[in-house]
Order: sequence, then structure tokens, then C-alpha cells
Amino acid sequence: MSKILVIAEHLGGKLNPSTARAVSAAAAVKPEAIDVLVLADAPDAIAAEAAKIDGVSRVLTVTRAENAHPLAAVLAPQIAKAATGYSHVFAPSTTFGKDVAPRVAALLGVAQVSDVMSVEAAHTFKRPIYAGNAIITVEADANHTVVATIRTASWPAAASGANSAPIEALTIDAALPTHTRFIELKQGSSDRPDLQSASKVVSGGRGVGSKENFDIIYKFADKIGAAVGASRAAVDAGYVPNEMQVGQTGKIIAPELYMAIGISGAIQHLTGIKDAGTIVAINKDGEAPIFEIADFGLVGDLFKLIPELEQALG
Amino acid sequence: MKILVGYKRVVDYNVRIQVKPDGSGVVTDGVKLSANPFDDIALEEALRLREKGVAEEVIVVGIGPADLTSHLRNGLAMGANRAIHVLTSEAVQPLTAARIFLKLIEKEQPGLVILGKQAIDDDANQTGQMLAALWDRPQATFAGKVEIADGKATVTREVDAGLEVIEAELPAVITTDLRLNEPRFIKLPDIMKAKSKPIDSIEFSSLGVDTHDHLKTTHYAAPAKRSKGVMVKDAAELVAALKQKGLL
Repeated sequence: MSKILVIAEHLGGKLNPSTARAVSAAAAVKPEAIDVLVLADAPDAIAAEAAKIDGVSRVLTVTRAENAHPLAAVLAPQIAKAATGYSHVFAPSTTFGKDVAPRVAALLGVAQVSDVMSVEAAHTFKRPIYAGNAIITVEADANHTVVATIRTASWPAAASGANSAPIEALTIDAALPTHTRFIELKQGSSDRPDLQSASKVVSGGRGVGSKENFDIIYKFADKIGAAVGASRAAVDAGYVPNEMQVGQTGKIIAPELYMAIGISGAIQHLTGIKDAGTIVAINKDGEAPIFEIADFGLVGDLFKLIPELEQALG
Repeated sequence: MKILVGYKRVVDYNVRIQVKPDGSGVVTDGVKLSANPFDDIALEEALRLREKGVAEEVIVVGIGPADLTSHLRNGLAMGANRAIHVLTSEAVQPLTAARIFLKLIEKEQPGLVILGKQAIDDDANQTGQMLAALWDRPQATFAGKVEIADGKATVTREVDAGLEVIEAELPAVITTDLRLNEPRFIKLPDIMKAKSKPIDSIEFSSLGVDTHDHLKTTHYAAPAKRSKGVMVKDAAELVAALKQKGLL
């Protein structure tokens, strides 16, 4: 039987919703236990959130001052030790999970399965390659721990609220390196929903034209309670910061509603949104590739159409 | 200081990937091959560090069959001092690639290893992190800015929450993100010059690298397609349609 250790992602004392998506993937293995590991300097509030997620058997906490910031070189030796006795170690395929999980896999001397989209059997998974243009079925060695990152857009967040899993403190005897140090995190401050987990996302592209013009996207997103994203072209042009990039090399998201405004639909952008529930495209070029995958398309000038949309919303 | 740069050859990013009808792989016969875009960025960064006087030598490393030489010549034409070609006809998975790099590190003693954050064929995003673990050295993944001074790398990382700045003592592994730099174009005279630059060939089997515990790919499939939807005539019709679906 399988026992799965899910690595919790958190920031500022809050659990990242990607953790509950990794728990969903863990549940698909039908394991005997799913334990969530919280490595932090002050894990209590994070652990309490994790304990409420359906399907979680136990929450394990490791409290160390060195765990204040998510440095892979510091976290990986602790995770590798905590992994003893588990058949699988899962982390969300976010920049956090992508950074730390391969380091854990190498310490354990095992291969990693990146971006798990579906679980076919305890050691058989599907994952995308070539920017999602091919899907492969991979089999991991059943005699070794499976380390995997979970493609969050492929998995719903496990429900939360009904569970109250026990929380246990772990002491891990691992020498931690001091060769890597956290300096700072520069975050855009925003009261808008989180792009990775929002149910509605409005994204702007090169067609928006400038940093100033992007206000029209923010305003419309606020009107419908959506998170704001952008295409790589808009980020490269400096309209918005990098953390708003949606696509193969940015965030891969699966909101219920995705509205692409002034985005032509380069393959690398489409890779990031193809699991969205409903895709709306607004573009002045009726031949733009985005219309090939959009559920609803509207051709026209975004600066004219957005005010009209706002008006139609009332 | 020496800088080791991973320089992988992949199917060109402009090629439309086709899955073979029998699910045994993707069509690679006759398709254009190029340097992994993230590896071009890695090489560019190494060259800039050499031009700033931070490094003296830039070495590109390729792992693959005999005809990989022409690809490595491109890296030399871009400006690398020399190349190491680890010869193997087998496809190499990230853990094995990391173990190969570790062997080369033992021999070359670089101060910095720069790799692409991922190769655009297998999209694994693992080798740099695995190498840093095996080497027991710092990793700075998804680098958007790199500064080297006083035996340390200060790296701005592109993370989901924003921009994270970390400090890593050298030697270290850095993996590149898209916005780190714009790679230079290769000029014709440099192609001529590259012909006389050295390429060391090393048989993979001579490195004594453990290749155990690999993933087995059993099937390839084309992704599920989204079907084309409907065009609406105006904003009012769009809002009505989204309201009907309960999305607004």
C-alpha cells in the first residue's frame, strides 16, 4: 500500500491553495495515508489550515528558524529524511515545488515525475512534454520512492473544512547548509484574487498597448471579481510584472472563466490556459489563433468593447 | 573562474510536434533541431560574465550522439572557449545528466555551472536542482538577474509570488529563466573561428555513471483538443452568454 507525503507550500503564514491540489492527486493514488509536511519557522497556522483538507491523515510540522524562507538547499535535506517510510513524495508544480522536489529526488537517488496530469496507477502517471503538445505515460520504478510534482491546473483543490487531521511535531536531525541565503522577496501588492487559484481570470496582451492602458484590464477584472494575468508579450514589453505571466513559461492555470483580451494566442500562451472551463477571446484580428480554442470570440477594438461589456453587466 | 554551461540540442521551438500514430514517440525524423532556448540564455550569461572579467573560460557541455558536434560548434561560434562532448546514443534522463555533470565538475572544478531551467523537449525542469543536490552546493533556479562579486552570486529569481533575491556562495548552480538576457546572434567570422576551437569527446561509458532508476515512457498521445466555439456579435451577446452559463 502507498503512503504519500505532500509538501505544503506556504507564504506569509498562509497555506498556498496548490497544496490542496497536490492532495487531490495524492488521493487519486488511493493510498493508505496522506500526510502533509509543513516546514516553517512558525508552522502552527499553516498546519491548522492543512489539517482541514479532506483526505489528509496527519499534518507533520518541522519548526526551524532556517525554514523561514523556502530555500531548496535548506528544505530538501529535511524532506529527504522525512520521506523515510513513504512510497511517494508529492509537491505542487509551482516555482516552489519545481525548485525543491528535484533536489529531494536527487538526495534520494531517484528520478522525478514532473507535472503529473493524471494518476493511472500507483507508479504510472501521465505528464505533458513539448509544451503540452504530447502527453506521455510514464512508469516509475515500484521499488523506489516516487518523487513527483503535481500540475496544479489538472487537479481540483481537495475540499476543506470537514476534516481535522492530527498535527504532530517532527524533529529532523539534518545538518543544514548555510551557503544559500534569502535576501528579499519583491511582491506586487494586490487585493485582487490570486492568479493561480482564481475562478475567473482576465488577461491582457500586446494589444493593450502600454502599461498605462493596462488599467482598463484591471478595472474590468475588478468589476467581475477576477484575477489579472498577461501574455508573455505584455510582460516582455514591460506592461506588467513577470509574476502575472500566463503560459508555458509562466503560470499554468485552470479558472472557470478565462478572458483573453488583446492576446493573439501564441502556442506557449495556449499551453497555460487550455484547462480553463470557458475561454473568451477579444481581439481586433479575427484570424488570431486564440479564436481557434475560444468558446466565445468577439472581434473588435478592446478599448471600445470593454466599456460596452461593463455597461452590459450593469 | 571557469563556467560550465549545459548546451542541449532539442527540436526547434517553431516545429509543430506530431505524435506518431502508434503512440511510440513523437516525429523527430527530418525536423529542425536547435539549441534549447534556455541553454542559449545560459551560454549568453556565461559569455557576459567572461566579458566583465568575472570568468576566464566558458565551456559548453553536450550529451548525445556523434553528430552532436555540429551543435557544439554553434556554442563555440557564439563564444565558448571549448566544448565537452559526452558521447552516447541513448537518451539521457535528468538524474543521469546531473550525474554526468558532477563527473565533469570533479575534473574541471568550475566556479559556476549555468543550465537552462528546463529543456523544451521533456520539460522536466530537474537537472540543475539535481546537480546542486549531488554536488552539495547552492542552487539559484529561474534566474532573471545574476551578479557575481566576492565569491558570491546574488540572483534574482522569477517565482510565482514575484521576484525573490537570494545569495549563493560559489561554486553554485544557476538555472536561467527567459528574461535573464537576449542571446547574441552568431556572426559568420565566428563560425570560421569556432572550427579551430577544441571539442573533448568523452565516452559516456567511461564516466562510470550510475544509470539506474529511470522512468519508463510507455505511451505517447496527442493532447485532448479544445473544440472551436462560437463567435458573438457584440458585448451584450457575450455578457448574456456568460450569464447563462453562470460565469458572470
